[in-house]
Amino acid sequence: MSATGINWFKYSSPQAFHPLAGRMIPWFAAAAAGLIVVGLYVGFFVAPTDVTQGDAYRIIFVHVPAAWMSMFLYVIMAVWAGIGLGLNARPSFMMAQAIAPTGAMFTFLALFTGSMWGKPTWGAWWVWDARLTSELILLFQYIGIILLRSSIDDLRRADRASAVLALVGVINVPIIYFSVKWWNTLHQGASVSITAAPSMAGSMVTAMLVMMVGFWMYSIAVTLARVRCVIVERERQPSWGKQTSIPDVAEAR
Amino acid sequence: MSQPSLSEALRGVVRRDLLLAMRHRSDVAMSVFFVVIVASLFPLGVGPEPAVLRMIASGVLWVTALLACLLSLGRLFTADYLDGVLEQTLLIPQPLGVLVVGKVFSHWVISGLPVVLLSPLLGLQFGLSGESLWVLTLSLLLGTPTLSMIGAIGAALTLGLRGSGLLVALLVLPLFIPVLIFGAGAVTNSLAGIGSEANLSLLGACFLFSLTFAPWATAVALRIALE
Amino acid sequence: MVTSTLRGENTDSDTGVLYETPDGIEKAFANSKTFKSSTLRQFLFFSSRGISRNMFQTVALSGSRGERLLFSDISVTVTPGTLLAVVGENGSGKTSFLRMLCGLLSPDNGTILWQGKDIRQLKELYRAQLTYVGHLNGIKDELTPVENLTVSACLAGDESASGVVQKALEAVGLGRPIHRLPTRVLSQGQKRRVALARLWLTTRPLWLLDEPFASLDDTATSYLTRHLQSHLSHGGMVVVATHQEIDLPSDCIQHLRLTR
Repeated sequence: MSATGINWFKYSSPQAFHPLAGRMIPWFAAAAAGLIVVGLYVGFFVAPTDVTQGDAYRIIFVHVPAAWMSMFLYVIMAVWAGIGLGLNARPSFMMAQAIAPTGAMFTFLALFTGSMWGKPTWGAWWVWDARLTSELILLFQYIGIILLRSSIDDLRRADRASAVLALVGVINVPIIYFSVKWWNTLHQGASVSITAAPSMAGSMVTAMLVMMVGFWMYSIAVTLARVRCVIVERERQPSWGKQTSIPDVAEAR
Repeated sequence: MSQPSLSEALRGVVRRDLLLAMRHRSDVAMSVFFVVIVASLFPLGVGPEPAVLRMIASGVLWVTALLACLLSLGRLFTADYLDGVLEQTLLIPQPLGVLVVGKVFSHWVISGLPVVLLSPLLGLQFGLSGESLWVLTLSLLLGTPTLSMIGAIGAALTLGLRGSGLLVALLVLPLFIPVLIFGAGAVTNSLAGIGSEANLSLLGACFLFSLTFAPWATAVALRIALE
Repeated sequence: MVTSTLRGENTDSDTGVLYETPDGIEKAFANSKTFKSSTLRQFLFFSSRGISRNMFQTVALSGSRGERLLFSDISVTVTPGTLLAVVGENGSGKTSFLRMLCGLLSPDNGTILWQGKDIRQLKELYRAQLTYVGHLNGIKDELTPVENLTVSACLAGDESASGVVQKALEAVGLGRPIHRLPTRVLSQGQKRRVALARLWLTTRPLWLLDEPFASLDDTATSYLTRHLQSHLSHGGMVVVATHQEIDLPSDCIQHLRLTR
């Protein structure tokens, strides 16, 4: 999603994209740092204390944006995977490869903060509510993609197999969400939803949105950095041979 | 230039697999014995109180059937891959998705259908009776082919990889979860006296959905694996 | 056939050069940007000579395996009655080349044309024209040779009556007593013969064979060679990856050497 504003085709060669990504990263990283700090400040200090949940609820300013990011990133990864399969374009596969670990990280963050929320609020470290359970399954899907890619030695097959898995998984995400909600209502009373949002004061909404945008900036920055690593890694292979314009690789040779 | 018709090709694929299964009748028995043994583990682990067993019956029996399906996935394509028959199947001038349905069907007849037929007995072991037994069988009848079709995608993606047994499980279990929820939910509902039609309809929908899309995804994955 | 009629034609490197080196190895180069004109020219040339349309052609084909570039810019034409022998050292890409011709492997660059149409567009129509016998035999060890061959013939849309199948097995040199044994008790050479027996049942024009003579003894080799010759004389085409010299008249053999 990063460079769509610019003429993409000019930068669709990995060698051209590497320096461009390098130039973009500091901007996104700075924006991310700034927004996250602001968001956390507003969330932790400015927003009022919740009536029912006390100060413990403040973890939602990390939990909810992280959960949203985990889902968005999965969809975006699947889009890149689909483009890669459709156009047989290696750069798309590289983008999908770069996004996966960040998505997994956000999923884990959402689960971790969800668990932290559950303990003081409901007394249990883990609650089998619909959203947390869906997040858990999403984490499994991310891990599956990452593991599949690392199990296949042949690069082309690894790219395409993990792309197929990402696409199959993205269809599964809404189905999982629906079925887990269904399951939750079936076993009503056994668990309580900890993700029922408290009525939101204005500053709470601001904090969450700021954190969202901060997480977006972070994701872009990290994905670009990872794509650079992926490019360098692949550039080292002789089939791309020729003159390499990437300084790290040239030095390594 | 000669071309088999679609039904000829399908029949050929199914017939070969069923013929092979008849030569290896132990394959059929393996699924059955696995389910029986694993289902027996739970009372041994949890205790034999009938009330508890009735409560966990739907989940245990469904998870057992699911695991049996998962373990049998290794046999779906691997043998054909190793002796070159899969390569030849990819070269048949008919849509690969249809041939995949044929393969999954014969695989289900060998591994899944015996479990479905055995399920009433297992249900009795767990204290199910009457309508819930019937619902259990029906849910497995709809669910196990769905699981086989979805599992085929994982089997195709991990074809020939080392450690593929565990990897297939990791890839495919998230995809199995909706089927598990609806299937076990059907039996739970019927035990609770609430109607199970909703769950069974959802199971049917999952079956149709997987029948439409999973073979195509499996075909793509097979072509990728055989490049 | 191909070289003699095209020798001296099209020496312009822009549209295609065909040349024959002293040891019988030839390569055709076609500039992929102008392949349309050269294909058209070749096609018109062939049709003016009354040669049938069953033509098989690769244009500027290049392929790699993993990260290793195997071959690049291979352009060959195979006409009816010709056998293309793909030779090269181990690891030079013969099997990958054949698999690309089958459509199992995607080339990095270039196209493969059947009757002038890209095989990626033809898909099933193209697959109905070819029979492929690869490194792996494609037969089931638990089934008997008769059962294996019957299934293969069924799936290929060929005649699969048991009498016909048994005749095919006999033509490959497998006697009646072997027909009903499970294939796993046969030797490697016998299993290879069962795999190749498909060629006696098929009616498809294009045969793609990967080292068919490996593990065959002299008798079986001569059976196969005679059968290939009969196929060629009926206007069929064969592409063979092989180490060995094939005992066929040199006017129907083309060589393609893949070097790393």
